[in-house]
Amino acid sequence: MARFILRRLLLSLITLGIILVIVTLIPNIAPGDPARKIAGGTASPERLMNVRESLGLDDSVLTQLKDLGGSVITLDFGDSFTKPGESAMGLVLAALWKSTKLVVFSLALVVPLSVAGGMLAAFKKDTWIDRTIVNTGLALSSIPEFVAGVILLTVLAVPYGFFKVGANAPDGASQLTVAQHLLLPALVILTVYFGYIARVTRAGTIAALDSDYARTAFMKGISTRDVFLKHVFRNALQPTVAVIGTQLGYLFGGMVGLEIVFNYPGLGKLIFNAADSADYPLLRTGVLTVAVIYMFATLAADLIIAWMNPRARVLTEGGGS
Amino acid sequence: MTDTVDTATDQAALAINGLEMSYVVRGTPREVLRGVTFSVQPGEAYGLVGESGCGKSTTAYAALRYLPGNGLITEGSIVADGLTLTDMSSAELREFRARRASMVYQDPVQAMNPVTKVGDQVAEAFTILGQSKDQALASALEALERVKIAAPESVMDRYPYQLSGGMLQRVVIAMALACDPTLLVLDEPTTGLDATVEAEVLDLVRDLRRELNSAVLLIAHNLGVIRTMCDRVGVMYAGRIVEEGTVTDVFDNPSHPYTKGLLNSIPRHGIRKGDRELFAIPGNLPQIGDALPTCVYVERCPVATEICSTEVPPVVERTVGGHWTRCHHPDRIDQVPDPEEVSIDHTVGTEEIIGVRGVSKTFRQRGNDVPALVSIEMGFAEGETLGLVGESGSGKSTLAKTMTGVHPPDEGGAITLRGREMKGKATERVEESIRAIQMVFQNPDSALNRAWTVRRILMRAVTKLTGLKGAEAEERAIEIATSMRLSERHLDMRPRQLSGGLKQRVAIARAFAGDPEVVVCDEPTSALDVSVQAAILNLLAQLQREERTSYLFISHDIGVVRYLADRIAVMYVGRIMELGTTEQLFDGPVHPYTEALLSAVPSVDGTASNRIPLEGDIPSPANPPPGCVFHTRCQYVIEGTCDVVVPEEVDVGGGHRILCHLPVDQLPVPVELTAKT
Repeated sequence: MARFILRRLLLSLITLGIILVIVTLIPNIAPGDPARKIAGGTASPERLMNVRESLGLDDSVLTQLKDLGGSVITLDFGDSFTKPGESAMGLVLAALWKSTKLVVFSLALVVPLSVAGGMLAAFKKDTWIDRTIVNTGLALSSIPEFVAGVILLTVLAVPYGFFKVGANAPDGASQLTVAQHLLLPALVILTVYFGYIARVTRAGTIAALDSDYARTAFMKGISTRDVFLKHVFRNALQPTVAVIGTQLGYLFGGMVGLEIVFNYPGLGKLIFNAADSADYPLLRTGVLTVAVIYMFATLAADLIIAWMNPRARVLTEGGGS
Repeated sequence: MTDTVDTATDQAALAINGLEMSYVVRGTPREVLRGVTFSVQPGEAYGLVGESGCGKSTTAYAALRYLPGNGLITEGSIVADGLTLTDMSSAELREFRARRASMVYQDPVQAMNPVTKVGDQVAEAFTILGQSKDQALASALEALERVKIAAPESVMDRYPYQLSGGMLQRVVIAMALACDPTLLVLDEPTTGLDATVEAEVLDLVRDLRRELNSAVLLIAHNLGVIRTMCDRVGVMYAGRIVEEGTVTDVFDNPSHPYTKGLLNSIPRHGIRKGDRELFAIPGNLPQIGDALPTCVYVERCPVATEICSTEVPPVVERTVGGHWTRCHHPDRIDQVPDPEEVSIDHTVGTEEIIGVRGVSKTFRQRGNDVPALVSIEMGFAEGETLGLVGESGSGKSTLAKTMTGVHPPDEGGAITLRGREMKGKATERVEESIRAIQMVFQNPDSALNRAWTVRRILMRAVTKLTGLKGAEAEERAIEIATSMRLSERHLDMRPRQLSGGLKQRVAIARAFAGDPEVVVCDEPTSALDVSVQAAILNLLAQLQREERTSYLFISHDIGVVRYLADRIAVMYVGRIMELGTTEQLFDGPVHPYTEALLSAVPSVDGTASNRIPLEGDIPSPANPPPGCVFHTRCQYVIEGTCDVVVPEEVDVGGGHRILCHLPVDQLPVPVELTAKT
């Protein structure tokens, strides 16, 4: 197992390296001139040159790559272009903290509901309950998150004061207030993911319920409840865990529309703004952070699956049985 | 074991009475059981035999009232041990399954929960009886010892994927016996296992039966398994039992045209392709839900008359021993035609077409060399069938793949075509060599492009192998299809619209598209019902007579190999242990491994055979035993020789090669499975 983790981390490093190259290249390929944005449209050529130099924009790609590689090791990516004096890393960490709150709170709501919905659909396969769950999920997940956000805002937040328009609770608010503010965006995430997770869970549960080993258990005279708990559950949820693992990275870095609608200072919005204003240190730091999260999330999912399934454990041990 | 039994329902271990069942498919009930009636007495072994879709497995599961979600009992009753299952509540039913009845399944690998340790799964069968966790684990260990599993303590701590199919089936049997069941249902318990493993599992069940006095309901499509295991047998067709009696009565003196057809479709009494054809029952097996209001077999019956399609046939007693048949014309059974004699003589040519010269194949696996084939030496004469037998993992398929160029052989070995060496990789071979060696696979479903019509599949094969294009290719494709007895109508169908037998015909047609010299047939009939298998074997034999094609015929079914093969090669751990003509192999002397392999086959002819047990599993080619690779399982092992010195091949006469240290006069002679008639 240790060997597997080590190998996966090594592979992650290689992937990180590739991403590093890509984010280094962004400013060299992307249209627009960050120096002009920072210095302002009417700046003199001399001023532009100065800004460019101070930002390191004139260095060769190789030098930039080397600098950025160094930054990864020291975890110091320099100051933000748009907010002089503030380190990119510091800004990203603050946003990451916000995103973590949102993601954890949302998942605490989404995962139990979707898994329960999927399992219920599996048990009631081909009945109206099953069809309602599957079709509702499908319909909901086809609504873009910012549309769902706006709808929820209009329907819930406007008439009822309990639901907050802004997702970001004031500083120093109690946990409960924070949760209250996060409720609406979490509901949006529920609409996005309920259908997906429920469907995967449904399929996994149906496969496990229809399996020969579940039949063996029923034939032993075990009650339906025990067959489910002892034989179906662990087999049924493996695909669900894999799906959640791969979606985590997106939840952290991809919920741009949602964060804008609810004016939430998370990672998605930060990366979006950084790209928009050509704030490359911030953009690079943000993208690399999401990449790292993605890698750890999928690794964690694989480890959980290995814990659930001894067969997968052999694979994770890289064949060295 | 064959004491006469009375059929009183109240004391029977299982009595099924007029059971009618349907599967509801898209709202329509489709009849699968059409009034099944039989009973199994305490201590008796009753077999149900029939081809796929006849309802035998449905009956087996119904015996424990385990119905699929869409299964519906419309009529009849199931009584076990005096309890009526059809009236039970789900709690009563659980209690019944936990304490009185058990089941053993077809695929033991799937039947075990992959994420739970074997010991815990066996223990569960005891906790359900009220034992504490520790007690149950102790009982589980005992249960594993009882089924004679090797190293039971370590098996307890393993996961199912770490055990072989044969070991897992022992585990499943151990679970089934936890409650000392009065009724034990076995559904195809040895299908998919090697003949040697099958023999061991069957021996085990036989031994345990003596100990337990449980009633056994055994479902199998293999008539030999039923014959060797059961006291009485019911022959099922289209959801009805058409004949019942003691195994001796039914198999030696069949009274229903279907039973007779079924028995004639398998090679019995050592017949060969040169003696006569196998009997292929005309027509197709009925589908579940087909309307069969009168005699279920009337459509395919060679002796049917008008009454057969207007009235339900009566049950006609044949002997006082309870042998009966459900037929209007039991007196006309002798008019069921015998299979055709083969008129043309089968002769094998003298020129060697394909040669396998010192071929070895070593795979690299995790940095280790795994010798999958070691110095294989064989040749194919024109029009000859070389049968290839051996347990799973012996290297049969690797040899097939090496011949066809999927794997190139190691340096030093060669595949020759009329004396000229071919390239190892199929992609580097010249067209002539590719055309010369073609393959037919076990599963036609995955061998044929399901998106294409038969016409397109065959035309592409023709174009690829002969260079013909357009109208010429189509003409040739139709010609081949016709010679495979496929009709014009089949050409525009896609594989999924065809039955298994028809699909295999298309696969064979594809292989024959370029007029090959050798066709490698890897278990071509294992997935087919015996009546369909007969037609495919007839077709292969006929094509060989007409086209002078050679076959490498791989099969685990020794009876089929004996029927079709001119010579037989026996493989073990990547080596050919013995190669000789079919007569030489069955008359002996033979290699000790061959002796064991032949003795493992359950025969429908019922000759008592002294089985030579093969202990343990086949060794891994990654780690072959020193000396003779077979010495670890050989009962004639010479200490100090067999475990040290690699044996030399000996010609025991007439080109019959055996790889063994034993002096020729001490080599065993196989027990004759079946008396030739």
